[in-house]
Amino acid sequence: MNLDADILCVGFGPAMGGFLTTLTRGLSEEGLESAAMPGLPPQVICYERADDISFGVSGVVTRARAIRASFPEFDPDAVPMAAPVTSESLVYLLDPHGASRRPAMLRAADGILKIAAEHGAIELPYIPGFLQKHDGFVLSIGQFNQWAGQQVLMSGLAQIWPSAPVSAPLIEEGRVSGVVLAADGAGVRGALTVVGDGPYGAAGRRLDEEFGLPEGHVRDEWAVGMKLVIELPEDTTLAPGTVIHTFGYPEPEIFGFFYTHPDRIASAGIFVPSWLENPVRTAYRYLQHFIQHPYLWRYVRGGRMKSWGAKSLLESGRRGEPFLAGDGYARIGEGSGSTNVLTGSGVDEAWLTGTQLAEAVLVLLREKKPFTRENLEATYVARRRTSWLERENLVAEKARNGFARGVIQGFLGMALAGFTRGRLHWPSGDVKRRTLKEYYSGRLSPHRIVEIQKQCAAAGISLHDALMDACGWPAIQYDGQLLVTHQDALLMGGKVQAPAGAEDHVLFRDAVLCEECRQRTCIEMCSGQAIHAGETKVPAFEREKCVHCGACLWNCPGNNIAFAAGPGGFHSAEN
Amino acid sequence: MSYQIVVCGGIAPDPLQTLEPVPGPALKNEMMLPHVFDPWAAHALYEAGHLAKLNPGAKVWVVSMAPKAKLQQVMMTVAQKLPFELVPLDGPPGGFTDSADVAEALAAAIRTIAGLDLSRLLLFGGWESATRGAGTTMQRVGALLGITEQFLAVDQLEVRDGGSLRVWERLEGGRQQVSLCSGLPAMLAWATGHLPEPPNHPPTGMANGRLLMPALQKAKPAPAGAGCTFLDVSLPKQIRQTVIVKDKPAAEIAREIVEWITQ
Repeated sequence: MNLDADILCVGFGPAMGGFLTTLTRGLSEEGLESAAMPGLPPQVICYERADDISFGVSGVVTRARAIRASFPEFDPDAVPMAAPVTSESLVYLLDPHGASRRPAMLRAADGILKIAAEHGAIELPYIPGFLQKHDGFVLSIGQFNQWAGQQVLMSGLAQIWPSAPVSAPLIEEGRVSGVVLAADGAGVRGALTVVGDGPYGAAGRRLDEEFGLPEGHVRDEWAVGMKLVIELPEDTTLAPGTVIHTFGYPEPEIFGFFYTHPDRIASAGIFVPSWLENPVRTAYRYLQHFIQHPYLWRYVRGGRMKSWGAKSLLESGRRGEPFLAGDGYARIGEGSGSTNVLTGSGVDEAWLTGTQLAEAVLVLLREKKPFTRENLEATYVARRRTSWLERENLVAEKARNGFARGVIQGFLGMALAGFTRGRLHWPSGDVKRRTLKEYYSGRLSPHRIVEIQKQCAAAGISLHDALMDACGWPAIQYDGQLLVTHQDALLMGGKVQAPAGAEDHVLFRDAVLCEECRQRTCIEMCSGQAIHAGETKVPAFEREKCVHCGACLWNCPGNNIAFAAGPGGFHSAEN
Repeated sequence: MSYQIVVCGGIAPDPLQTLEPVPGPALKNEMMLPHVFDPWAAHALYEAGHLAKLNPGAKVWVVSMAPKAKLQQVMMTVAQKLPFELVPLDGPPGGFTDSADVAEALAAAIRTIAGLDLSRLLLFGGWESATRGAGTTMQRVGALLGITEQFLAVDQLEVRDGGSLRVWERLEGGRQQVSLCSGLPAMLAWATGHLPEPPNHPPTGMANGRLLMPALQKAKPAPAGAGCTFLDVSLPKQIRQTVIVKDKPAAEIAREIVEWITQ
C-alpha cells in the first residue's frame, strides 16, 4: 500500500492531545523511521474539523491524574484559565418558582428542606468520595487543548491541521487504510488511523456502522452540555478554584456546574440529559434560569457574558464502548466510551486513552510490527483493560440505570453503585419518550397545549418558551450583559462560521418521517436555533447558525438526521 | 512572467469583540484568543496566490511576525489555502507594536530570502491591520527596501502585456484612482481586493507543511517595539444616539448633527 503518512489522526481533543504528546516525545527519543517517507521520522498528521484547536466550549474540573502523569511538573499558571481546586461543594438547588416538574416525593422533601435552606439551596455536608475533585484543577478545555497542541506542533514531529474535516475512514477489504477528507473527497492513506473525533464525529460513527458495537453495548444516553463564560463583578468574593456541583434545578434531572477561573472568570453550565422526558427540552432557557437561581445569582449578578457554547456528551460510558481497535485503526477518547458517568469525569480519562495508545504504537513501531487488530489489542487494549480507567468505568457502568425509571431512582442508583463500588446497581429500564400531553399532564390541559402550539406556529416562535411560560417559569429580564436572547448569545459569545460553498452538514434523511413526526424535538432543542419550522413539514436548517453541538443527531426520535463532517462552527470568544 | 511576491502579514485575534487594551503593546487576554491571519493581509495573500497561479514559475513568500507558537497554529489553516513559503519572525502579537520597528524587522527578513531579486519584487501587504491601525507599516517596509512605486488601499491589480501594472486604489466617496506602473519593483498595500477566501485544500497544506514546520522551528526572535513605553491606555468613548427621520433635507440633518456634537 502506498502511504501518504504513517499515522493519521481524526479530531484534536484531550484524547488526541494525550496521544500526540506521548507519541512525539517517544519519536524524538527513539529515532524511528517512517515507512511512508524512508529517511524521515514517522509522518504523523492530525485533521481537526473545527477552525482552531482552541474552540472547545467546556469548563471542566478534573483530578488530572493522567494529565499530571504526562506533565509531572504541571503548572496551572502556564495554562490560561487553569487553577488548582481550592474549594468544592455539592449543592441541592430548590426550585424558587415552583415551575419545575418534580415528583411528589421530591416536592414533599423540598418542603422540609426549605427550612434549613440558605439562598434557596442546601449545601451537602459531605461529598461522596467518588464525586470529589478536590485534588484536581479547574481548566478551560479550549485553553488546555491549545496549550497541549502548541507543544505538539513545536516538537516538529506531528502536524495538526484545523479546518480539515474528515468525512469517513477509508475502509478497504475490512481494514481501515486511511481517511477521506470532506474538502475534496480525497483519500489520504496511513498505516494507522487514530479516531478521536468524539461521540458524534463522522469517522467514529462510520466505524460503528461498518463494524457494529460489541454485544450488549449500546449508545442510548446523551446530554447536551451548555455553558457560559462569565466575567464576574469586580467585588466578587469567589476565589479561583472554587467548584460548585449542583443538582435539583432547573429540573431535577439537570446537573449543573460552576467553576471559578483566575482573573474573575467563571464557567457556569448545565447538562440536559436524554432522560429528561420533555420533548421540547431546551438548554438555553434552562441555562438562564440556572444562573439566576438565588444561590448562584448572588455571585454572577452584574457580571458579563464573555463566551457561550454547547456540545453533546455521550453518557453511556463503558456501555457505549465500541470496538477499540481493528485492522489499521484504533479509537480513543469520549467516542471510545471512556467517560466515567458516575464520577462525572471525561477529560482526564480521554487523555489517558490517548497516552495508552501512544505507548502501544511506540512498542509496535519499535518492534516493526503492523497495526493489526491482534497487535493493537495486545498492546493498546491490554493497557486500557489493566488501568484505573477500566476499573473505575466498570464501577460506573450501570450507575445511571435508575434514571430510566425516574429521577429519584436515578439518584439512588448512583449512590448505590458508588458506595458499593459497582457491586449493586439499580435495575435498568427503557427511557420513555413522552408526548407533550403526557409530559405536561396535571400541569397543562391537552386543550391548552394545542392552543399554545397553534399560537406558536402562527407567530413563528418557539414552543418551549411558551410552554415554560405557561407552567409558571418567569420571563427572562434581559440586561444585555449576561441575560441576553438566544440569538444574541450567538453573537456575543463568539461567532458562527459557515464557509461559503460548503454543503449543509445537517440533513433530514426521509421527508415522510419528518412529515409524520409530531414531536419535532429537533427544532425545540437546537442549541443555536439553526433548525426551525420550514415551509413544508420538513424542518429547515440554517448552517450559518449551527454551533455543531450534535444534539439534533440523538434527539431525533426517528433517527432521521444525518450529521456530516462539515467545516466551520462556533468560534467561541474566550473559553 | 515569473513573479517573486512577498506578502507581509501578522495575525489577529478572532473574534475581536472582547479585546481591551492594557498598558504595553499587548491587548488583554490576547494570547488566550484564537487567531487568524490578519484579514487585510489575507486579502493580499489571496491576490498573490491568484497571480502566482496565473503565472507559472511565480513564487509566494509570506513574511510574518508573531509569537512563534501562535503563528504556527494560525499557519496550519492558512497553509491549506495556497502554496507559499513562510519566513517567520518570533515577535510580539499585534496590539500596538510600533510600526517602525515592525517594518524594520520585516524588511530585514525579506533581505535574507535566498534567491530573491529585490529589483523584481512585488511586495504585498495589508493597507491596514485588524489590530494595528497605523497604516504606515507597508510604506516603511517598501522604503527600507528601496521601492518607490507604492500603492495604498488597492482594490484591484491588472498585469498588462509587457509587464506593466494597472492598479486601482480606493479613494473617499467610493471613487478609485487608477494608475499605470511601468514595472517592478512595486509595493501594493491591499484593501479588500476582489477575491474570495480560497477553500481549504489539505494536500496543499501537507505540501506547505514540509517547509513550514522546519521554518517555524528556526524562527528568529524579533523584539519589535521593545523600546516603547505605554503610559496609559483606554477604550475610546462611544456615545450612540439614533434618530429616525424621513424626508428631511440634508442641510437640516447636518445642522442637527453639528448641534448634537457641540452640545
